Amino acid sequence: MRYLPKSPADREAMLRAIGARSIDDLFSPIPAEYRLKRDLKVPRQMAESEIVDWFRERSRENADGYTSFLGAGAYYHYRPVIIDSLISRGEFLTAYTPYQAEVSQGTLQSIFEFQTMICELTGMEVANASMYDGSTAAAEAVMMAVRLTGRRSVIVARSVHPEYREVLATYAFHQGMPLSNVDFTDQGRVDLDALEKSITPETACVLIQSPNFFGTIEDVAAVADIAHKHGAMLVVSIAEAISLGIVEPPRQADVIAMEAQSFGVPLGYGGPYCGVIATKEQYVRQMPGRLVGQTTDKNGKRGFVLTLATREQHIRREKATSNICTNQALIALMANIFMTVYGKVGLRELAKQNLSKTAYAAAQLEKRATILFSGAPRFNEFVVQSSEDAREINDRLLEDKIIGGLPLKKFFPELGNASLWCCTEMTSRAVIDKAIATFATNDREAVQEVEEVAR
Amino acid sequence: MKHPTPKATRHTNQNEGLIFEKSSPGKAAWKLPPLDVPEVDVAGTLGASERRDLGNLPEVSEIEIIRHFTRLSTWNYAIDLGMYPLGSCTMKYNPRVNEVVARLDGLANAHPYQPEKLSQGALRILKTLADCLNDITGMDAITLQPAAGAHGELTGLLMVRAYHESKGAPRKKILIPDSAHGTNPATAAMVGYAVENLKSNANGMVDVAALSAQMNEDVAALMLTNPNTLGVFEQEIHKIADVMHAKGGLLYMDGANMNALVGKVRPGDFGVDVMHLNLHKTFSTPHGGGGPGSGPVAIKKILEPFLPTPVLISADDGTLGFDYNRPDSVGRVRAFYGNFGMFVRALAYIMANGPDGLRQTTEDAVLNANYIRKGLDGAYDLPYKTPTMHEVVFSDKLQAKEGVRTMDIAKRLIDYGFHPYTTAFPLIVPGALMIEPTESESREELDLFIEAMRSIAAEVEEDPAMVLGAPYTTRVSRLDETTAARKPVLRWKPAPASPQNT
Repeated sequence: MRYLPKSPADREAMLRAIGARSIDDLFSPIPAEYRLKRDLKVPRQMAESEIVDWFRERSRENADGYTSFLGAGAYYHYRPVIIDSLISRGEFLTAYTPYQAEVSQGTLQSIFEFQTMICELTGMEVANASMYDGSTAAAEAVMMAVRLTGRRSVIVARSVHPEYREVLATYAFHQGMPLSNVDFTDQGRVDLDALEKSITPETACVLIQSPNFFGTIEDVAAVADIAHKHGAMLVVSIAEAISLGIVEPPRQADVIAMEAQSFGVPLGYGGPYCGVIATKEQYVRQMPGRLVGQTTDKNGKRGFVLTLATREQHIRREKATSNICTNQALIALMANIFMTVYGKVGLRELAKQNLSKTAYAAAQLEKRATILFSGAPRFNEFVVQSSEDAREINDRLLEDKIIGGLPLKKFFPELGNASLWCCTEMTSRAVIDKAIATFATNDREAVQEVEEVAR
Repeated sequence: MKHPTPKATRHTNQNEGLIFEKSSPGKAAWKLPPLDVPEVDVAGTLGASERRDLGNLPEVSEIEIIRHFTRLSTWNYAIDLGMYPLGSCTMKYNPRVNEVVARLDGLANAHPYQPEKLSQGALRILKTLADCLNDITGMDAITLQPAAGAHGELTGLLMVRAYHESKGAPRKKILIPDSAHGTNPATAAMVGYAVENLKSNANGMVDVAALSAQMNEDVAALMLTNPNTLGVFEQEIHKIADVMHAKGGLLYMDGANMNALVGKVRPGDFGVDVMHLNLHKTFSTPHGGGGPGSGPVAIKKILEPFLPTPVLISADDGTLGFDYNRPDSVGRVRAFYGNFGMFVRALAYIMANGPDGLRQTTEDAVLNANYIRKGLDGAYDLPYKTPTMHEVVFSDKLQAKEGVRTMDIAKRLIDYGFHPYTTAFPLIVPGALMIEPTESESREELDLFIEAMRSIAAEVEEDPAMVLGAPYTTRVSRLDETTAARKPVLRWKPAPASPQNT
């Protein structure tokens, strides 16, 4: 086996040194009746070239070569090549959690830079070293607000990503945290009147997403006013991190739960991604997840360490702020490098391209179809309503190797045939025009057919 | 100061500052293609939502970024540099072919919502991995959704709770041995269970009599790590399972130490009802400085209705897809389907090994740990004499007499060119040195490690003060963790009046 650095003679010599007759001696603590007497049913040992071939086949079966208008919490952005060059260095790739600061300063300093940049972008005072993803970060942020307020009920906007809401429901169920929903208006934003009515003295927090699941930018200040007036916290989820380059961050939030996938992390069929929680300094001791802090060594030299570990499971056990241990460090490093590459100017320009492509696509489509929620600003997603089932339109688009927007019926039955479209800097005008042409022609025909039948 | 085995050299890059300290206006590492659509009027489009300033994000060039992170990387120890004997962490070789196949276009750029008919390759990977892991664990079904081991524990206990609820009541308590990982009690609390401690016996194993006395209809499950954190296989595992099952409880196995069992014995065969695996431990996906992990949860049939949504299913024609209609499910534990990139890597590892390679891997892991145990015999106190599998736990009892504790020995080990072992865990061993070499170490590397550890033991007797000052070879030494926690500095801030020093 090519990963094992021992010759048969090494093994013999080592067994002799231990004083064992055979390897079986070392497994004698396992009761004989349980020992496996056959080979495992796994593929036979394969050569490296065979492994590459097998996965190439799977890759080819997997929409390779298609252009897509899918977003909805997972975004296709360009990944600067130096991200993979740098994260492939064994010193980053094959190290573990930086418990031993003296031999982990590379990881520790890069996390400190990551925390700083997340703070700069979100307008918060502290950020952690990462969470699993945006969905679990949102759930943990809500639980943090529950601990901080000593209240238990939670109001969740329906314009939050439906799968994030499902994850929160799973987490909340056994914590005795009653969840209720607040609807969206015809602008696609949180219904403020409904929120005002549903909020009570028991409300720990209000969870919204901005830009929300429909791509619409929420009126964060107005939601914050209502929440704070009632002594509740505001937790804001951000699923499309590129928006922070040009959209004012939700500074009025008490806790921000972010998904940083857009910052240089491949789509990868849904993971691994990179969640982050950011908040105000006064709340840091209720924050879950690892934190890196600056300090000095015995000679007065600047260095970095994991800190405030008394919040964590390995110290506090059942009284910890969360059970999280392993996080997404290498993915956070990808995001860190991405933010460094684009920086203060580039991130805005990149966000502006996303905004421009989306504005163009929406304007072109609006000439022939209905764009929902058009009364409020949006970032890089929009919702299209059609007379025809979105899945049928998408099937025709597939003939041109285009994957259309996400049909919303599954998550929002009341939106009928609507679908959620996303454009990024990677979406070319040619593809937008082609998709809209197909869409519009067919939609027009469908509308005519409906009219004819009616006649 | 002696350096009998000078494996380490001094860091070549002593003074790399923070990236913000290299920033100046006008430098850039990015270039966008020309826009092929009209440029949007930002103010008109976003109105009051427009952001005008990105604060202190850096402005630097590409070569500076490459040098910055390359220099930082040289301050890290890594498996690629040498043995990384962190007990319980299973720091094994991370094969490079795993990285290559995970980056194939059709896998790396697959959108989680692309149609299932265009995702058959990804789904085939999920299915093949699930089948392998089910056979490796001897379990009936599996969810790959959990993002890490602790997340797997959460998912597993949610299913335990749903199971008991389906029988009438969720029950109240989870039994956890005093040798357990901290994630176990933290997870039980998140699922609304009280934690009851279970004392180990003199051999470091579960005391079956004590378990029988503590087990009753209030106990939902026992969370057991096997081999436990001492590296000891629970020899009375069948009795433990019987005690639990007799009173309607379930046996949860923390699979952190599965590297001692793969191909030799299957938890499903010795009575485990639910367990998680750590793909970043046993199945070689890179630890990456602390993640991403992946924590699949394998279960017996009785728990199948409660699996998180969605569940992977095969149609009659072999087409794969997801079933979202699971009325008894505990719900979703993560958006999308889990850390797919880790599934690709874990499956590539299983394929590179095959059944014979996986078995040999386990045997070598256990051989290596026992070789170290023998090699350090006498130099360090071994609190439990029970035979051990893939790891061994010594204590600092002999060295403590000279005022040298496990953390000090660990710091001195850095000067010999090794990453420290796990210190001060498990909690049942005061001053623990928890050593797990994995199968990835050659006899030469193990001999160097043993020599280094024995040499440190001698240094403690001759010159304990020298050991207390270690490490001497690193860029920074003995960082002030107390001040870091008392006056937390968790982000960089510009300080124009007094420039930062390194």
